[in-house]
Amino acid sequence: MRLVTAIIKPFKLDEVKQALEAYGITGMTVSEASGYGRQRGHSEVYRGAEYKVDFVPKVRVEVVVDDIDASDVVNVILKAAQTGRIGDGKIWTVAVEDVARVRTGERGPDAL
Amino acid sequence: MTIDSGDTAWVLASAALVLLMTPGVALFYGGMVRAKSVLNMMMMSFGAMATISVVWVLWGYSEAFGESWHGLVGDPFQHFGLANLLDGDTAVYGYKAAAEGVAAHGGIPAMAFVAFQAVFAIITVALISGAIADRAKYSTWLIFTVVWATIVYFPVAHWVFAFDSYAAAKGGWIANSLKTIDFAGGTAVHINAGAAGLVLALIIGKRVGFRKDPMRPHNMTLVMLGAALLWFGWFGFNAGSALGANNTAAVTWVNTLAATGAACLGWLATERIRNGHGTSLGAASGIVAGLVAITPACSAVTPIGAVAIGLLAGVLCALAVSLKFRFGYDDSLDVVGVHLVGGLVGTIAIGFVASASAPAGVDGLFYGGGLDQLWRQAVGAGAVLVYSFVVTALIGLALHKTLGFRIERDAEIQGIDLEEHAETSYDLGSLGGGGLSHVGGPMFGSPTASSAPSTVTINRQGATS
Repeated sequence: MRLVTAIIKPFKLDEVKQALEAYGITGMTVSEASGYGRQRGHSEVYRGAEYKVDFVPKVRVEVVVDDIDASDVVNVILKAAQTGRIGDGKIWTVAVEDVARVRTGERGPDAL
Repeated sequence: MTIDSGDTAWVLASAALVLLMTPGVALFYGGMVRAKSVLNMMMMSFGAMATISVVWVLWGYSEAFGESWHGLVGDPFQHFGLANLLDGDTAVYGYKAAAEGVAAHGGIPAMAFVAFQAVFAIITVALISGAIADRAKYSTWLIFTVVWATIVYFPVAHWVFAFDSYAAAKGGWIANSLKTIDFAGGTAVHINAGAAGLVLALIIGKRVGFRKDPMRPHNMTLVMLGAALLWFGWFGFNAGSALGANNTAAVTWVNTLAATGAACLGWLATERIRNGHGTSLGAASGIVAGLVAITPACSAVTPIGAVAIGLLAGVLCALAVSLKFRFGYDDSLDVVGVHLVGGLVGTIAIGFVASASAPAGVDGLFYGGGLDQLWRQAVGAGAVLVYSFVVTALIGLALHKTLGFRIERDAEIQGIDLEEHAETSYDLGSLGGGGLSHVGGPMFGSPTASSAPSTVTINRQGATS
């Protein structure tokens, strides 16, 4: 199993969610995040004083999937989240050793 | 003597409107500070409401409006506790006896005037707090409010607002001898508070991280709400200062509207040209700057004059708020840039754009009145500025050297809300405060009671263990 983590633009969340559902992914975890990459931050001006805001609001989407689906899921997110402009985000995957479903106690791929 | 019910109703309603301005200031200032100090910021305004309300009925009113001592200060003992003003049959102000062919004109009860002037004292003190955001020791602030009102505000209010034969036979020197036009408090309220704020900011020193750390407003919607409440309450401030439901009140109302709109536009235009965007903070600040500037002038100018004063105030105050970065004083929320500068703009502008067609009946320089009114305005404004600056410096230094006016550096970095009030303003996390424990207090009985546990832990379902 693999954990797919995507950092995306907040307004792209709905499209990513719909695309994952269409692919057959039945659940995900979403959290608010902030950070920057090559995009860096932006400037805000209050009463003439300019502030550089480095950390830009982002959304983190996490999905645990079977090994064979991982590459496809990355592609699905990639397509849905892409605007082509700077600041679109990152997606990465890591190996997951074990998963347990809390309600039933199922383990491994059955718990996905 | 008879009481005019219409006048009395308007003055009492105006007093309530003006009281609402102080929570308005609390919101306006509270939104502008960082999330770790919003409660303390608001508590400084609410604290002023508490202390000045009490001080006012004890000696404040009497000191401002009692029988005058050489035009400088009222007798603080004449109306101490106000017990001698309760009789509505005799304690009536503004009453005019019938003359030949003219019917008698009723007045308002003394207590209505007491109420209206009380809320002016409260907001003037509250305004100062913006200059010392995030770092002032709360107990010292409360003591400061009492001392400052007693030594600075009440005498200055006497100079400016105590007219001969209104509340006492003899009033203050600026109103009656110098004849500066200050209808609702450009000098006594705004120049006064602005100068005091500047001094306190200098004495207490800069916030940790001033000009290095980002200190942007944590909640702009609070700022907008505060500005809205201020504008609303300001109609009581200015139109109520007519002390009657009459034409003067109506003229000042319209001038207060026009100048404020113009100042908002002036500030937005300045920002647009300088920084590329008109901001919501600029709009809110422009509104307050316009209200400040039209305060002394609202009875003395035409609506066109009001628009001119508003525009000028909006532009000049927008430029003035940057001065603190150039000169390195941390007037955190721009009490100087908005209230001192706005108050000076409005007070001095009267000397130029006053029109005899307005209720005050005086022509300024541009209307053929010459320099006569202009120098009266300049001297009145300068006198209040210098007095407030010097005496506030003495009070501030005395408190800073004895009680201490500033919290510890680490406490300031952590956040003054937690240090001074043991509270935090927002609990926005979905974890319900993360491991909240109840330690003593009345909620579950005294921890020392034999059957009660000394520590009660609340879990998310609300059960106790």
